[in-house]
Amino acid sequence: MTTSSARLSGVTVAALLGALAAPAQAFTAYVSNEKSNTVTVIDTAKFEAVKTIKVGQRPRGIEVTRDGKFVLVAVGDDDTIEMIDTTTREVTATLPSGPDPEVFIQDPSGKILYVANENDNMVTVIDIERRVRVGDVPVGVEPEGLGLSPDGKILVNTSETTNMAHFIDTATSRIVANVLVDSRPRFAEFKHDGSELWVSAEVGGTVSIIDPARHEVTGKIAFEIAGLRKEAIQPVGIAITRDGKTGFVALGPANRIAVVDGTTHEVKKYLLVGQRVWHMAFTPDEKYLFTTNGVSNDISVIDVGALKVIKTIAVGELPWGIAMSPQ
Amino acid sequence: MIRPIAAFAIFIALSSIAPAADVTEIRIGYLHGVRPKTAISLLDIPADNDGIAGARLAIDDNNTTGAFLGQRFVLDDMSLKDTEDPAAAALRLADRGASLVLADLPADPLIKAADAGRARGLIFFNVGATDDRLREADCRANVIHTAPTRSMLADGLAQYLVWKQWRRWLLVVGSHPADQLYADALRRAAARFGAKIVQERVFEDVGGARRTDSGIVQIQRQIPVFTQQAPAYDVLMAADESDVFAAYLPYRTWDPRPVAGSAGLVPTSWDPSHDQWGAVQMQNRFMKLNSRRMTALDMQAWTAARMIGESASRTHSGDPKTLLGFLEGPDFALAGFKGQRLTLRGWNLQLRQPILLVDSRTVVSVSPQEGFLHQVSELDTLGVDRPETKCSLK
Repeated sequence: MTTSSARLSGVTVAALLGALAAPAQAFTAYVSNEKSNTVTVIDTAKFEAVKTIKVGQRPRGIEVTRDGKFVLVAVGDDDTIEMIDTTTREVTATLPSGPDPEVFIQDPSGKILYVANENDNMVTVIDIERRVRVGDVPVGVEPEGLGLSPDGKILVNTSETTNMAHFIDTATSRIVANVLVDSRPRFAEFKHDGSELWVSAEVGGTVSIIDPARHEVTGKIAFEIAGLRKEAIQPVGIAITRDGKTGFVALGPANRIAVVDGTTHEVKKYLLVGQRVWHMAFTPDEKYLFTTNGVSNDISVIDVGALKVIKTIAVGELPWGIAMSPQ
Repeated sequence: MIRPIAAFAIFIALSSIAPAADVTEIRIGYLHGVRPKTAISLLDIPADNDGIAGARLAIDDNNTTGAFLGQRFVLDDMSLKDTEDPAAAALRLADRGASLVLADLPADPLIKAADAGRARGLIFFNVGATDDRLREADCRANVIHTAPTRSMLADGLAQYLVWKQWRRWLLVVGSHPADQLYADALRRAAARFGAKIVQERVFEDVGGARRTDSGIVQIQRQIPVFTQQAPAYDVLMAADESDVFAAYLPYRTWDPRPVAGSAGLVPTSWDPSHDQWGAVQMQNRFMKLNSRRMTALDMQAWTAARMIGESASRTHSGDPKTLLGFLEGPDFALAGFKGQRLTLRGWNLQLRQPILLVDSRTVVSVSPQEGFLHQVSELDTLGVDRPETKCSLK
């Protein structure tokens, strides 16, 4: 759930893009390091780590708030979501996430946070400003991935042991449809025009393309890499360009990002990145895509235009999530 | 099978989620004997619900999914006393409406139950017996195995020891038949992966209690004597499935050497300390339901019941033949918190699975080890592989 902060700050980005045509756009990326209990701050113009922030135990899911004032990071072993002040770069508050939070997503207004609560088979709804839990939606076993439709009306949650994408009406907090996908669904991402929902299945080894209006699987992306056994191909993170033309799928221990044609859903290319690649985030101008490589303790930078890996940045131990801020 | 009352209950309970019009009930038998309670360590004495506790958790998991799909899973517990006929018990389960049976039985009673149940269309899941012969000469077309075999366990351990360059093994074997079978698997593993058994010794079970008030005084004198004057070796391998002596070996050997096999570094399908690949969620769920930690037998039973749930949700069916067809087919893959998909070996219906190597506190490593390659699946470097199998499913 790391690409959405970049995506939904589109208005700010457009303004920035208009003002600055120069190539070296400076944005800030925040990377959660699952093992180090830190968040690494990266300057995307210099491709450098500029600061390390100490956080709670086992940081994974990470997002920048819509107003840019906070970085939210789920620290699972501390059973909370911490709020890092982006000015002081220190943890200043916490949110009542429920036990062992991992993945969460903000609504378009930035007021509501949805948290996958894996222990209780619930999606927990949190009011960010008041910092209180305002509701729960019962879903399948081990809820994980969360995706919001661009209009914010439908929240999709994937449940890892039930193997479904649950479509939740955000107005009523009720499930309106359940779509069976392949084993251990990890991540859900809508195209920016809302026409398609992509859901990765880590154990199934596929990405299901779902028609969000009809709640039907209309296609599946399969991956084949010469010399790699099937079991090593474990799709996790998904990032789709704003124009919907190109999708990127992180393949976990296959150490590669699959580049997928957004229209035909054919895999065009595999980009070798670091080991056990988890999640991704575009720079707001979509020139670069940053990937977190869990086992090799680094970040790969992909030139989105050239579809080439151009840089590796060392971060903390076992980097997991990444969020991008336009500032 | 449609049960209006059950369907109504589900409807009420889950009306906020997704009401299902008709509910298919899938009844799963759990057929088990009484396992011995003798163990050297108090920590190893199994709970009364060892195994079935895992099945119950999987039934809960299946029912959460089933609520969305109109399927309801029910577990029917049948305990078998020593004198009871397993064949008759299997038929009783069939009479009570079970079409699938999880069995935690020794090899012979399991075969009897499976053969009797075959005429009634029962599909069995062997959750407890590690005997290779059940997947080889004595394999059955209606028995799926979620328990790993002794050869899979031994191979998983051997790969790690060879990777570690601890290739010289002193093998100590117990005097019970099961100990001998485990020793056979260890010998086979040594030959396969290039380890050498420098000497074998037998530890005779002369009877006596596991628990005595001050036995420790004697044991620390007996074990050094038993293990002295051995040829140079790297690891002491213990084959002691009967839990008579292996737990006494660590820290008491004549030479300062690590112990592996039935004590020390132990190969297993699951461990209460396993926390990778999302396993913490599983461990937490299990603890919440059962107020104790999850054992390998619990996991093997969970896996079997989840295979039934998985195939039922994929096929929208409760028909055992349809479920078996799906499980044997190319589309079946189970998420079992082991870092990769679990699938079935089509030639003998054994579940492919990584083997954890545990030291009773943590997971030390997970096999297959890097570098042990295979043309189909690296998981098939563990245990008897297709070209060597003696199984012909009928």
